[in-house]
Amino acid sequence: MGDWLGPEEWQAVALSLRVAFWATLVSLPLGVFTAYALARWTFPGRQLLNGLVHLPLILPPVVTGYLLLLTFGTRGPVGGPLADLGIVFAFRWTGAALAAGVMAFPLMVRAIRLSIEAVDPKLEQAGATLGASPLWVFLTVTLPMILPGIVAGAILAFAKAMGEFGATITFVSNIPGQTRTVPSAIYAFLQVPGGEGAAMRLVLVSVAVAMAALLLSEVIGRRVARRVGGG
Amino acid sequence: MLQVTLRHAFPGFALDVRFEAPPGVTVLFGRSGSGKTTIVNAVAGLLRPDEGRIAAGDWILLDTARGRRLPTHRRRLGYIFQEGRLFPHLTVRQNLLFGRWFAPKDAPREDMGHVVDLLGIGHLLDRRPGALSGGEKQRVAIGRALLSAPRLILADEPLAALDEDRKAEILPYFERLRDEVSVPILYVSHSAYEVARLATTVVALKDGRVLRQGPAAQVLGDPSVTPAGAREAGAVIAARVVAHHADGLTELSAGGVPLFLPRTDLAPGSPVRVRIAAHDVLLARTRPEGLSALNILPGTVHEVRSRGGPGAMVALDTPAGRVLSRITRRSAQALGLEPGVAVHAVVKSVSVAPQDVGGPG
Repeated sequence: MGDWLGPEEWQAVALSLRVAFWATLVSLPLGVFTAYALARWTFPGRQLLNGLVHLPLILPPVVTGYLLLLTFGTRGPVGGPLADLGIVFAFRWTGAALAAGVMAFPLMVRAIRLSIEAVDPKLEQAGATLGASPLWVFLTVTLPMILPGIVAGAILAFAKAMGEFGATITFVSNIPGQTRTVPSAIYAFLQVPGGEGAAMRLVLVSVAVAMAALLLSEVIGRRVARRVGGG
Repeated sequence: MLQVTLRHAFPGFALDVRFEAPPGVTVLFGRSGSGKTTIVNAVAGLLRPDEGRIAAGDWILLDTARGRRLPTHRRRLGYIFQEGRLFPHLTVRQNLLFGRWFAPKDAPREDMGHVVDLLGIGHLLDRRPGALSGGEKQRVAIGRALLSAPRLILADEPLAALDEDRKAEILPYFERLRDEVSVPILYVSHSAYEVARLATTVVALKDGRVLRQGPAAQVLGDPSVTPAGAREAGAVIAARVVAHHADGLTELSAGGVPLFLPRTDLAPGSPVRVRIAAHDVLLARTRPEGLSALNILPGTVHEVRSRGGPGAMVALDTPAGRVLSRITRRSAQALGLEPGVAVHAVVKSVSVAPQDVGGPG
């Protein structure tokens, strides 16, 4: 595989995998929490939170990327203080992961929220009557039952993060080895004469990764559902 | 003794009750919509009543006047729900042990093996709830509640979702619970039959209020208390098995009066509860002769009740105890029934249940 892909292409694939992996891993706990809050709690600002979460799905990705740049840039209100602590997003692969995570977040939250809404609150009540505190009820009753949704949400988010382009290129540009993910690399190869071969190879990789993600989510989802659903 | 005082207003329905639940089974008895489930959910902490106090001695679950309210998970309950509510992602064994995990380490524990034997669920331990029948699920639910080391067991119509055969399968387990487990049980039911078999104490409810409360035989023998409707009314009397006869009948003695019923497998000498449904009792002014019915109880009329309809409920004092009879108002007039009049009660059929240790109350 290393021979089949040129070093630049290989670099883009490895970077994309790294970006998508961290984007998914870091946003997962936050995604579960947000989904739970939206599904089960009523609080002031709930609709606002719901809107905020879904915004990246509706906004042009370029706008999301620019807003990220304004907020998390080294002189932005969040990026500035973080930069003083040594955490820099702008024009780094971490920024690409942030952009991918933000863009994938609505998909993840939707999948998890649906699975939480499918859990009968009466089972959670039963857990409480048996002495489990709300946290334990979540860990021992809710979490195992929503596992298929979490897995589906994570895989969906991973696939989305692999393919994120607009917000990423706006926020962290297109720096080889740093922020040039597979979509950015395809775009870059298509800008230069004779780049079609490399672009096509990366397109094939993208298709393969997407198919693998879909298959994996099917298999895992089915296995977990069988374990959880009884029988 | 659990003491419950609750006030809660829903749109279009107000609950205002006060009752006590002594040891044994206290049945909250009434039609659907009478507030039974609301009460149990308030005791469980699944519903926040507007006002109330729920306490047993210094164990205070709720006291709105003092701003005290234990969250559900610290109430140490065993709640048996109508639909079982077993955790589908856990095996039967894991379901049974779920509550034990969270119980205080020094809490008095039921022995797992004993409970599994009591409920006959040993062969199910490694299965998941999805593979169980309705009756099996409910037995596991009972076990799960018992094994959480509860200080109070709540049961909300635990048999309502089952068919008649499954009901007959589960009811004896509740009887054993009542007789073998020292924890008080609050049991919600709209079935007069279940009440007659299980109740030590009855709290009759109607439209969110307590109609009457007290020992089962007293409340069920009161002709004015028919929370499930006159059709369902029936008295409960205490009896003892005398002998099994060769013709397939079992003879009981209720206060010296012999009663015959189809053979039971109870040992002679064992105490039983006899439920006599009001619509199964005919009345005669003289002792009837040449009648196919075997069971005839002499007695005197205690009270005649009617609510304007064609029917009348007659309460009789017999040597066996208070018995109810549902007849037409016309018959009551024709027979000249009024308090003090001597009559004979002809009982068409009786049903029995093993007596609880404490007596009929």
